[in-house]
Formats: sequence, structure tokens, C-alpha cells
Amino acid sequence: MKKTEKGMAASQGRFQKKSEWRVILKRFCRNRLAVFGIIVFTIIVLLVIFADFYMDYDADALTMHIELQYASPSPEHIFGADRLGRDYFARVIYGGRVSLSIGLLTVSLALLIGGSIGAVAAYFGGALDNILMRIMDIFLAIPSTLMALAIIATMGSSSVGTLVMALGVVQTPRMARIVRSAVFGVKDADYIEAARACGTKNARIILRHIIPNAMGPILVQATQTMSRVILIIAGLSFIGLGIAEPTPEWGSMLSVVKTQMRYYPHLAIAPGVVMGLTVLSITLIGDGLRDAMDPRLRN
Amino acid sequence: MVRYIFKRILMMIPVVLGISFIIFFTMNLTPGDAAISLAGDSATPETIEAIREELGLNGPLVVRYMRYLWNVLHGNFGNSYNNGQPVVTEIMARFPYTFRLAVFSTLFACLLGIPIGIISAVKQYSVLDTSMVGLALVLTSLPGFFIGLLLILVFSVYLGLLPMIGMSTLAEHIMPCMAAGTGTFASMVRMTRSTMLEVIRQDYVRTARAKGVPERKVIFKHSLKNALLPVVTAIGLQLGMAMGGSIAIEQLFSIPGLGQLTVTAIRQKDIPVAMACIMMTAIMISLANLIVDILYYFIDPRLKAQFAKRKKAAT
Amino acid sequence: MPEKLLDIKNLRVVYKTDNDLIYAVNGVDLSLEKGEVLGLVGETGAGKSTIALSIMKLLPAKVGSITDGSITFDNKNLIDASEADMRAIRGNDISMIFSDPMSSLNPLLTVGDQIAEVIEMHEFDLSSGEIRKKVDDMLELVGIPHSRKHEYPHQFSGGMRQRIVIAMALACNPRLILADEPTTALDVTIQAQVLKTMNELKEKMDTAMILITHDLGVVAQMCDTVAIVYAGEIIEYGTAEMIFEGKDHHPYTVGLFNSIPDIKSKARRLSPIDGLMPDPAQLPKGCRFAERCRYCRDVCREKEPGTHIFDDGHMIKCFLFERKEAIGRR
Repeated sequence: MKKTEKGMAASQGRFQKKSEWRVILKRFCRNRLAVFGIIVFTIIVLLVIFADFYMDYDADALTMHIELQYASPSPEHIFGADRLGRDYFARVIYGGRVSLSIGLLTVSLALLIGGSIGAVAAYFGGALDNILMRIMDIFLAIPSTLMALAIIATMGSSSVGTLVMALGVVQTPRMARIVRSAVFGVKDADYIEAARACGTKNARIILRHIIPNAMGPILVQATQTMSRVILIIAGLSFIGLGIAEPTPEWGSMLSVVKTQMRYYPHLAIAPGVVMGLTVLSITLIGDGLRDAMDPRLRN
Repeated sequence: MVRYIFKRILMMIPVVLGISFIIFFTMNLTPGDAAISLAGDSATPETIEAIREELGLNGPLVVRYMRYLWNVLHGNFGNSYNNGQPVVTEIMARFPYTFRLAVFSTLFACLLGIPIGIISAVKQYSVLDTSMVGLALVLTSLPGFFIGLLLILVFSVYLGLLPMIGMSTLAEHIMPCMAAGTGTFASMVRMTRSTMLEVIRQDYVRTARAKGVPERKVIFKHSLKNALLPVVTAIGLQLGMAMGGSIAIEQLFSIPGLGQLTVTAIRQKDIPVAMACIMMTAIMISLANLIVDILYYFIDPRLKAQFAKRKKAAT
Repeated sequence: MPEKLLDIKNLRVVYKTDNDLIYAVNGVDLSLEKGEVLGLVGETGAGKSTIALSIMKLLPAKVGSITDGSITFDNKNLIDASEADMRAIRGNDISMIFSDPMSSLNPLLTVGDQIAEVIEMHEFDLSSGEIRKKVDDMLELVGIPHSRKHEYPHQFSGGMRQRIVIAMALACNPRLILADEPTTALDVTIQAQVLKTMNELKEKMDTAMILITHDLGVVAQMCDTVAIVYAGEIIEYGTAEMIFEGKDHHPYTVGLFNSIPDIKSKARRLSPIDGLMPDPAQLPKGCRFAERCRYCRDVCREKEPGTHIFDDGHMIKCFLFERKEAIGRR
């Protein structure tokens, strides 16, 4: 008797959760900007993931073809070629691979560290919460670029690993805050009380009950972090402290075009526009998610 | 008033201390030994030790931090590894550029962004509103240095109107400040619009309308000040960010500011200079926030009353 | 026949949201004489506040709109009035008291300034000294020392803020006050004070008032006439005696009265009305109360009931009485 009741309650809970996500999805799909964002983002991601099927990284993006130097855009080279005759489209796309993968890794790292800190702070509360959050506040007071610079300075060279480390650490406090407040929102809910009353272990409660319910705001924050990180990587590479030549990267590609712009403006515009579209689409997806989850916030 | 500012300054101290510690700690994790690289390959262990002593690199980290802090409090940021000059002189020479860039770009962003945000909110869903919101969205997705490149392309390369580099004459200020300010501009538009929309829906705005107050006055007298409270906070944050965030702009326009110095110092592993640059920026950011807090005191009567009351109670 | 101050005919108001049309007010007729106090009673969401906002023409822009009907105030048609005309009326001839005193005052302006504003808006011939004098008078009138006019809303208690709102509403001697749940957000003791203040002021200035509330006790204390609102319609209307002491009532009114605890009654439990008000986005075809009505018959679900008017002016919109009338005629 007891058991069936519990089972029913559980299945009901699952049903509610599922339909709630369906409602969110429906609202999301009705938002034209968000749909535009997701289409653009999907196209860019597909181009980047399957780049190797229609291009060759070494031959197209790295090897010098002096006969193609500064070639104008044409059907074979839709963005033309740069000063070393490398196909500019290939470089823009492979540049996207670098930015997106660093972005994804950074977000994962920030989520892992920040998420754990935030969840622990909120779940245990009290002095621990206070100490952890004050430390996060101090980290937040340092602008991300500067903190990343300090870490890069410490690590010496800037490889992909260094960048992910630096940016991940920089984005951690924001993530910690979001996860903390999200967890605070659900931790006193009845079903958590119930799980605790059943003697469920803390770690299990955090993993199985709290994190899934705090998913919404975390997702939104993740998209925002992703856009921010892509812009920061580009900025760091632009000033020569990020990804360096010959590896293609949007920021470093833009750093050399200032003098070539007069005759080859497309060399500046192509990477900039693709980067802008990527960031814009991620932002739109994030905004769409936020509005779909809390329609009251919409203006 | 004095009490309030005093309290804010007191609250600033642990933050600045925390930042300085984090930066000091991070930068001193550096693999490799500055003393060894400075002394050169042929140096004897004694010379290396002497250099280490001279640079203050001996002793445990906490002791070194305390020593550094003590020196900084006396206005001594150490000497550059690179040219042996006091760091302070270098920083003071560079600082005005960065400061001007930050202040003017933020000013430009606010003077343009806040009115546009207000108009957008008042004429919600109008063509102007939709296009401005769209523009702001696009501008937040583009890094400032790319905007700068586009500006150079249009105004220097094609039109030949503005100089491509430097930031001394008035004309030279235009493009760097616009490029550095677009991000702030976009977030000002978005933020002013959304807080304004929120305020317009408040009960007290309806009360004002019910009194027969004309719409113009409803907006300017009853909504604007309330809507600007959160915007002022955002301005402070943005100003702070601009202090540290326009390194790419400095590079693009060859402006000899703090950002360029930071980058060079990091490239050359000139730790004292890099430390000082980052510390300086952190302090400027804290100061920007302090100014915002003080501004708040004058705008929000709730805060004023709170402190006035306490003062009365204390005497 | 005494002169009508306000006359509303067949008022219909629709709110447009993202997906739905919400029918908030569906053909309301109301009229008010000079100095009369009318109570608008009904559940939350019945459309009472919407009626008041329609009179002020302050429905939320681009969301709410008046789709049909007329509102005549002092022989002026307010529906066609320009925004400038409306501004001259708002706060001057008709003023409104909102329900939540905590949020209806601007936190960044002193209360004195906020009262002065309404006077400045409408009484152009007053000098600034006279305005200041009037602000002081208004504050004293509602029982707040005028020395506090330089203070900000957050420095006052809820009851005092509501009295400031009342002072603001009365400052230009309006002929009609729309009081939207003026005491709901207040403590019971302060409620009594505020009601007393309003009653005295109304007597002194001979102002007409529409009092919106769901508190029948307040209605009994203040009102001359009462209109019961349900799902955007007036389903019963009459003098306070008819509503409180008369025999014939709309089943909803009966339910409303039964859900008030009565100290004299022997019944152990309250008998609230079962069910909920119909979704205003999808109103039922027949009588809107049919789903919850104890006397509901087939006809109630199919046809909208007509309004039966008794000889004494008591008015009920229900088939129960329509039939009685038909029987009487036969």
C-alpha cells in the first residue's frame, strides 16, 4: 500500500517535470529570435564539427600557397586567402573550432569548480557558505581579462590548456553564485525534505535532486559564460597572449589585418562577422531559454 | 554623510587586500626563477642569491607578500626587472591614457545609451525600439577591437577623416573611445530600457497618472530617477571594467596606456610591473564602485535617511 | 429624478495577452448620483478594478482596451474624451485610491511634494504659498502632522501612507472617488481608522464614491448602494438594505454572505461557494455562475439570463427571478 503510493507520487513528479520542460520548449519555439539563434548556432557548429570532411586542416588552413596570396573571394575560396595564401574560409572555420572548444571546456571547468563550490555553500550554509562566497566576491571584483592575464603570466606560455585553466578559474565565481542561489531556491522544497527524511546521503541529494532542479538558471548562465569566453579568447589572442599563429583563431587573425584592410577589407570582416554571429546566436539561445523558463521576466 | 563614506571606504579595504593577495599569490607561482634568468647563465650561486635578496625574492610567500604590501603602502611598487626603473614612474606616465580612455568611453556610452534606452522603453515595440534593441544585441556580440577595426576602415581608410593611431589630440580620441564604449553603450541601452519598463509598471507611476500628471512628467519626474538607480550601479561596474578591459583597444590604436604596459610586462616576465599594473587597475575599479556608492547616497533618500537616523541616535 | 453624476452603459473591456483574449468586463451598467457611495463587491479577478480603471481611462496601454459601451461623467462622454481632457479630469474631478499603500507612493519624492503635485496640476491660480498651505491642511485633515511633509514614504507606516494617498485623492475636492480596496492591505485596527477618515471626509465634502472591496463588513459600514460583480458582470444591484436585509438574492450573493463567519449563527462550519470563477479567457455560453450554482438547470447552461428589475429598483440577473416574473404576469 505504502509502496504504491510512493511510486505513484514519484511517477507523478516525473510527469510534472517532463511536462514543465515541454512547456518551456514550446515557449522557446515560439520565440522567433531564439529559434533564429538556434538555427545559426547549429549551422556554425555543424560546419565546425564536420570541417574535416570537406577541408583539410593542414593543407587548407596551415600550408602556405604563395600563388594564392591575398586571393579575392571566389567560389573556391569564398573568403579569399590571406597573406600566406591560406584559404581564409578554412581558417575562419578552424578558428571557430578553437574558440568553441575552448569555450566549451572553459564552461565545463567553471561549472565543475564553481558548481561544486556553489552547491556546497548553499547546501551546508552558515559559516562555510559565508567564507566561500566572500572569497568568490573578491575574485569577482577582479576583471576577468586581468585575472586571466595574471594566470597566463604565471603559466608562462599560453597554450589551449593554459587558456582553459585561466578562463575557467576566472568564470568560476559567477557560476558558483548562480548555482548557489539556484540550490538555495530548491533546497528547502518538500521533496528534498522528504529525501532527507528517508535518510538519503547528502551527496546523493545534491546530485540527484538539487542539481537537476537548478538546471534552468545554470543553463542560462552557461550560455552567457560561453559568449563571454569566446569574446575574451579573441581579445587575448588579439593582444598576442592567447592562441598564436599559425593556429587559426579569430582574434589573432584580426590582429594582423589592420595594415591589410585598405585593400582586403574582407580579411577583417569575415572572421569578425562569423565571431559576431556565433556569440549572437549563443546569446539569443540564452535569452530565449531565460524567457521561456520565466515568462514574467520578458519585456 | 561622512559616516557613510567612511564606512564604504572601510568596506573597500578587505576587497583590495584580497585582490592584492590573490594577484600576488598567482603571479608568484611562476615556474622558473626570475633571479636566475636575470643573472644570466654564467652567474655563480652567490650572485644569484644576491640578486634574489635584492629583489626581495627570498623568504616564504606570506613574508614576501607582507613586505610587498608594506612597500606599496609607501608608494613603492619596486623596480622593473627589465630596465631597473621604479615601477611607479612608468605607471604614472601610462595611467592618464588608460584613465581618459575609460572615462570618455563610459561617458560616451552613457550619454548616448541611457537616452536611447529611455526612449525605447517609452515607445516600446515601436520601430525605433525594435531597431535599437536589435543594434544593442548585435553590438554586445562584437568585441570592441573589431568595432575599432571597422571604424578605422570607414573613417580612416575610406573617408580619411580620423587618424588611425594615438590618443593625444581631440580627433584621436574619437575612435578609441567609441570602440571601447560600444559594449558599454549596448548594455546601457538594454539595462535602461528594462529597468525603465519595470518602473513604468509600478503602482506609484499609475498613481501619478491618476493624479492627471502629463505623460512627459510621468516619465521624467516619477520614473526616470527610480529607473536610474540600478543603471548607476551598472555604470560603476562598466567604468571599472573599462579600466582593465580596453587593452585590445590600446593595442589597436597604439595608445601607450597601462594595458599595453601590462601586456609587455607579462611577455617579458617583468613581474613587478605586471603586478603593479593589475593592482592599479583593481584599485581603480574599487574606486569607481566607491564613487557609485556615494552617488547612491545622494539619489536614494532611503539610504540618506537611514544614515541620518543613525547619526541622531548616536549623538 | 436626481441628477446622475456617472452613468456607465454596457461597458466591455478586453485584455490582450500573448495567446488569449481575456474578457474582463462584459456589459456592465452602473449609475451613481451625487454624494452616493456605491460598493462594488466580488471575488478577486471579477473585474471590479478594471471597471474603475476604465472610468479613469488608465487601463494598461496596449493590453487593456474598452471595446464597447459608454461612460458618461457629468454629461461628458469619457470614452471619446482626449488624453488632455482626461488629464484635466483625473485627480481633479475623479480621483483614485489604490489598494497597496506600500507601493502607490513614489519612494524618491517627499510626501509633501506628491500631494502638492496634484494641486499644481489642477489649480493653476494658486500661488506656491497657497499650495503649501493646502498641502499642510490636507495632511492635518487626514491626521498627519504637517511638519512631516518633508519626509519620504518609507518613513511612514502603512496606515499613514494610505491616509497620505487619501489626502492626495481629496486635495482637489473631487466629485467622485474611486477607492480600490483602500483598506485591504491594512491591519484591522488601522482599517477602521482609515474608513472613519474616509467617511468623515466624504460627509464633509459631499463626494460620491465607488468603493471596491470584497469585504462585506466595509460595505455595510459605508455604502448606500451595492453592486455584486461576478465574471465581469453585475449580477445583483440594490440599496444596501435590499442586499443586506432583503429576501430575494442571486444565488451567488447568498453564497457570498454564507461564507462570512457569523457569530450568532448556529452552523458550525462556513459554507463557502464551491468551485472557481470561470476562466475569463473562455467564458461559458449561458449563465457564468451556472457551474457553481445550486439551482442550476439546463436553461442556465444554454442561455444567458436576463436582468429582472423589482419594483423597488432591486435588480438580479438570474433565471430564478425571470421565471417568477413570468409566472406573476400569467
